[in-house]
Amino acid sequence: MSQTHKSSAQASPKSAHGSGKGKSPSVGAKLVVGEEGIATLLAILKKIGYKTIGPTLRDGAVVYEEIASLGDLPVGWSDEQDGGKYRLVQGTKGSFFEYLVGPTSWKRYLFPPNHKMWEADRKGGSFEVKNIDPTDIPSYAFIGVRSCELNAIRIQDKVFGFGRDDKPEAGIFSDPGYVERRKKSLIIAVNCSRAGKTCFCTSMGGDPHVVADQGHDLALTELISGSRHEFVVEVGSERGALIAELLSCRSASSSDLSDEEAVARKARSQMGRKMVANVKDVLKRNLNHKRWEEVASRCLSCANCTMVCPTCFCSSVEDKTDITGNHTERWRTWDSCFSIDFSYIHGGAVRRETKSRYRQWITHKLSNWHEQYGTSGCVGCGRCITWCPVGIDITEEAKAIKDTGE
Amino acid sequence: MSQAAKKNESGCGCHSASENPMHPRPFKVKNIWKELSDTFSMSLVPEDGGSVEFEPGQFNMLYVFGVGEVPISVSGDPNDRGTLVHTTRAVGLVSKALDELKPGMTVGVRGPFGTQWPLDVAEGMDLVFVAGGIGLAPLRPVIYQAMAERHKYGNIAVLFGARTPEDILFSKELMRWKARLDLDVQVTVDRATGAWTGRVGFVTKLVSSGGFDPKNAVAYTCGPEGMMLNTIKVLHERGVPYDRIYLSMERNMKCAVGFCGHCQWGSSFICRDGPVFCYEQIADSFTIEEL
Amino acid sequence: MVVTTRTKKTTKSTKSGAERRYRPKVAVWKFASCDGCQLSLLSCEDDLLDVVGEIEIAYFLEATTAVIKGPYDLSLVEGSITTEHDAQRIRKIRQQSKKLITIGACATSGGIQALRNFGDVDHFIRSVYARPDYISTLRTSSPIHEHVPVDFELRGCPINKNQLVEVINATLNERAPNIPHVSQCVECKKNGTVCLMVAKGVPCLGPVTHAGCGNLCPSTDRGCFGCFGPSEAPNGPSLARQLEKLGMSKQEIRDFFRSYNGNAGAFRETSEAYD
Repeated sequence: MSQTHKSSAQASPKSAHGSGKGKSPSVGAKLVVGEEGIATLLAILKKIGYKTIGPTLRDGAVVYEEIASLGDLPVGWSDEQDGGKYRLVQGTKGSFFEYLVGPTSWKRYLFPPNHKMWEADRKGGSFEVKNIDPTDIPSYAFIGVRSCELNAIRIQDKVFGFGRDDKPEAGIFSDPGYVERRKKSLIIAVNCSRAGKTCFCTSMGGDPHVVADQGHDLALTELISGSRHEFVVEVGSERGALIAELLSCRSASSSDLSDEEAVARKARSQMGRKMVANVKDVLKRNLNHKRWEEVASRCLSCANCTMVCPTCFCSSVEDKTDITGNHTERWRTWDSCFSIDFSYIHGGAVRRETKSRYRQWITHKLSNWHEQYGTSGCVGCGRCITWCPVGIDITEEAKAIKDTGE
Repeated sequence: MSQAAKKNESGCGCHSASENPMHPRPFKVKNIWKELSDTFSMSLVPEDGGSVEFEPGQFNMLYVFGVGEVPISVSGDPNDRGTLVHTTRAVGLVSKALDELKPGMTVGVRGPFGTQWPLDVAEGMDLVFVAGGIGLAPLRPVIYQAMAERHKYGNIAVLFGARTPEDILFSKELMRWKARLDLDVQVTVDRATGAWTGRVGFVTKLVSSGGFDPKNAVAYTCGPEGMMLNTIKVLHERGVPYDRIYLSMERNMKCAVGFCGHCQWGSSFICRDGPVFCYEQIADSFTIEEL
Repeated sequence: MVVTTRTKKTTKSTKSGAERRYRPKVAVWKFASCDGCQLSLLSCEDDLLDVVGEIEIAYFLEATTAVIKGPYDLSLVEGSITTEHDAQRIRKIRQQSKKLITIGACATSGGIQALRNFGDVDHFIRSVYARPDYISTLRTSSPIHEHVPVDFELRGCPINKNQLVEVINATLNERAPNIPHVSQCVECKKNGTVCLMVAKGVPCLGPVTHAGCGNLCPSTDRGCFGCFGPSEAPNGPSLARQLEKLGMSKQEIRDFFRSYNGNAGAFRETSEAYD
């Protein structure tokens, strides 16, 4: 994989060309592979040293874990989702990617739930901090990343400083661990063939189908009907092009491309939820709305929404000593604005009431995020709605505030 | 003139860009002394022999091996490039552990972080420093700096309120400042005890009578949020516009570099966009409860 | 601060690199309980050996008959208060203990035996014992913190041994123990456990239950039944409404909240609303 390839920036997606021997396809090229192409893709990724993380069935849901072969995919499975409810159901026979986003998000791998930041030992009267060797960070290949998830990854990139200029702005830092993981990750996106009841990516500026420059290396669109089971492969990066070259692809025909567009159209038309317009300002204007009290009567303050959210990034640190006190480790662990300790300053927590904590979460996500990172913190994946045990719906709360607020 | 509290132009004084901002740098405790019954100061020098740089208003994360880390404002002189001075109250496990350290022991330091008190916006104008209790500690570096370049400013008023005479922080220094002809130092206590013959009442009283020209002054305040809110109110009533009032906020800073989310306050990360803010820019947030 | 002045001094010398010489005296006390939490301490095995090297076991009848007189640097207290005699005994123990940590559901909430608090104790005594007049008991089973000040409460039925080691470790090293008071859901999500309630409709107390068990039940396909008691901000009524939607009867909901930690504030209030 040391060969580099210059992309032809002019290459139009329509002028897709195939994988002629020794010549890798251009960025933007669209190719077609069959089922065996996906099997080959998995095999190639493993062979060149990637840890392949993708969709698989576990405990009644599609989760993202290490997969080895086609047999690990949730073949033929789909899901039904609604507020507080997720059920696996039989989908189109033989389909690989009919399911929608589940309880796992890719942040689990890029921003792990528990992560040792450093360790230190007493040395004489002082102590010595040891760097955590970055070589144990694996190269991940993420398989099945949806368009909303790509957007979420790009949002966390901004939080943790991946892809910033080499010259850091004063006071702005990058997280070395995140940057290293992200740099080594390969992204095989999958376009959604449908949308669920909790999906609303289109009202958050997204689309169920990935577009050029969205950060993927390859993007797959599953075409399944009758005896046909093929995948349109869009080359998203030069790294992706080098991998696509190793698959036995044919160029996408105009009929393949119109089939692909039909898949996108269908998914777009099925969005089950919708975020109200201008939510950023609506929430900002209504920090003392009585709805906060009302939602607090339902909110369990359990933090599920923040744990499943693919952009939530809050964490805490734990200092752990060994029993002798001579060795210590600092761990970073997922935390949530729903915990009371989260806002603790001496004398007590700032956000003692659930209504304040819920308000913090939703205003951060939908409003303050814009000022902090130039983007909404919500991608419309719907996880927080599905995985809230009592089905609190971010779109419904925003609408209630808009309808009855200032 | 509305200007945000300044980002530290020099970046992070303890870490070059290539270093991990999450790793503490070992400092030796040079000296540690009691200020008040529950308040102490400590001076620190880097074990690696390097220099320390900070801007007035910034804070460091101080780490006691195996115990934990806390954010504490620098209270020393910014022109002393060899020593860091911090002043804090021993109220939590970590600050109590700091209090128990002895000269020669090691403290981990990350920082400095955050915004600084902007003095350049005040050239040719009067300066008003309004502190409540331990809030004098984060203001002291900027007072030092103003005194070091005294000719640049008009009147300088240092208005300080403590709960009781026993709670007057840096009392000897305040006396020395008081003796200077080019500083107007006034101290009040909420409640007089013992032989106190000075002023009694909230610090806001000093603000309403203090010797500065409100039309041509910049104010810097630090203390409990209620005290700052009242101070800002009185300053504004006297005619100091909101864009010439700066304050320092306190929240639960854990990582100090904008990753952990704990210190969020509205759209600000106190660790990065603060702790020093221009009041005009955060006025909307300041009165929202439990924000 | 956690340990004694003496310990502090030696810990300071540890801070400058010397070995800690003073071994804090630790006592383990039992009140009304099943001994399960004390057994957790014994089942720490390797970790326990490390801990034992650092402390002096002054009183621990489950492990040794040797008794060293107080005062004690740290007392670990298992069990609830159910008799007047015990109510007096815990006050004496508190007087002799610089630090007192309660361990387990009995000590922190009254335990399963606090079910008596919802019934008629005289009736129980008459129906169970041949000679009711021999029985001397309080009308309630109550947690230790209702009788004496408690420095830290370690939850669980039984406690999690790793958490116990963490609390002892933190106490010896004078730092805050890493025991978050968040919900069991946080533990599930960090562990990658799929939510049983959402994905399968299984009733679960996880959203209102204190984390710390090590995600035992949910990770083995069982709903949480609240062994660790209420989390820091439990919303019992909202969860109960959801349990109704999942098909639980009012009585089932009452009984669900009323078990090992049935006497703990939020759990008790919710079960009483369904009584």
